[in-house]
Amino acid sequence: MSGVRVLVGTKKGAFILTADGKRERWDISGPLFAGWEIYHLKGSPADPNRLYASQSSGWFGQIIQRSSDGGKTWEVPGGEKMPEPYDPPASVSNKFVYDTSSETGKPLTTHQWYDGTPHPWEFKRVWHLEPSIKDPDTVYAGVEDAALFRSTDGGKTWQELSGLRGHGSGSSWAPGAGGMCLHTILLDPSNPNRIFIAISSAGAFRTDDGGKTWKPINRGLHSLHIPNPTAEVGHCVHRIAMHRSRPGVLFMQKHWDVMRSDDAGDVWHEVSGNLPTDFGFVIDVHAHEPETVYVVPIKSDSEHFPPDGKLRVYRSRSGGNEWEALTKGLPQRDCYVNVLRDAMAVDSLDKCGIYFGTTGGQVYASADAGDSWAPIAQHLPAVVSVEVQTLP
Amino acid sequence: MIRVTLPAHLRKLAQVDGEVRLEVEGQVTQRSVLDALEARYPMLRGTIRDHVTQRRRAFVRFFACQQDLSHEAPDAPLPDAVATGAEPFMIVGAIAGG
Repeated sequence: MSGVRVLVGTKKGAFILTADGKRERWDISGPLFAGWEIYHLKGSPADPNRLYASQSSGWFGQIIQRSSDGGKTWEVPGGEKMPEPYDPPASVSNKFVYDTSSETGKPLTTHQWYDGTPHPWEFKRVWHLEPSIKDPDTVYAGVEDAALFRSTDGGKTWQELSGLRGHGSGSSWAPGAGGMCLHTILLDPSNPNRIFIAISSAGAFRTDDGGKTWKPINRGLHSLHIPNPTAEVGHCVHRIAMHRSRPGVLFMQKHWDVMRSDDAGDVWHEVSGNLPTDFGFVIDVHAHEPETVYVVPIKSDSEHFPPDGKLRVYRSRSGGNEWEALTKGLPQRDCYVNVLRDAMAVDSLDKCGIYFGTTGGQVYASADAGDSWAPIAQHLPAVVSVEVQTLP
Repeated sequence: MIRVTLPAHLRKLAQVDGEVRLEVEGQVTQRSVLDALEARYPMLRGTIRDHVTQRRRAFVRFFACQQDLSHEAPDAPLPDAVATGAEPFMIVGAIAGG
């Protein structure tokens, strides 16, 4: 019988939740990497036993972890303890160095700081890991300060795709409240040369040549918090989602506004419709219905909790504009948690399962496409990310 | 034989229980001790000092013989008691909240 594996990253470690295809009884294992911030962990679509995790700490920096057995055991790629005589491998899995070479990189040394002054690019952490669709050893990393890296050796070494940071607008990018992070990486399943990424708060970008060159795809976005509300870059995009059968259609949760593009990001239009607030972080698409979209509205950019203390997922079955509140099984009073940008995912069972985690440490799941919900973990550290693997 | 103590998170990352014991060739300095430590335990590279600049990470401190050695030059000799193994070289995570 098929099953699901839910990968949960939290402020103090990672947890793996497993269930069979009924999704009624859940086993929780963890904490893995206890005490460390786990911004993201994700499995390879090409090999479900290959998992990658971003482990970081303000004290000790970035660590990359890798599992080849579905999360039972983990290793630092290329970081195994050395026998005598000590001759450590040249590869260093947590070495993310910006490409400043004149041949392949850009001598770009600053972006914009909060106060508008130039600020040097400094690597802080990996926010998002996106394994290749076809190769378990290839994985992309979105980092803070915003840049995109790729590993083709299972995470042992990383090279920047510097055409993105070297885009002409790079010196004007500025951090959002959470830092200047590259948090969304979408690989087009129909076109290996096309990748979408999003940066807070520079906006969305697309490459059509495998990462060599990038173009901003922010036309139609309107952001009142920047000097020019329709600028080419500077928008605080929180999350983008696509359905794999229709990769040219994108859905975006922006700082404010829920947006949709039908031409791979060339033009966006607003589909917030009847949402109680169009601020929020997460957005995702039903596994089998490309026009069914989910968001979790958050009151505002300063009040990071659901409106009226009611935790409600909103579902649109029409690709936006008409939204219905999904409340069955979710707290409908005194709830003041947040749902962060990487903390929603869907499985591909029938019916589609929807999952999200909260800063209060709950992970909620719906095994009926959102009609009803139940907590599958209730007392974890603050949840940063949720990913789901549908297992054969 | 040089004795090194690691903060709990790095002990777990390196999969060691107690002190680490290392052979260090030549003069015993912060740099030579850390070089030996990272050669034996490659997973610790980048967690104590920056990969490129080799500067100590801001929230990591070095102590030995009841002295704060964090701001000593990387190539300055460590105390004789560390060089002889009588005292450990202590790598400590700063107390900076939860």
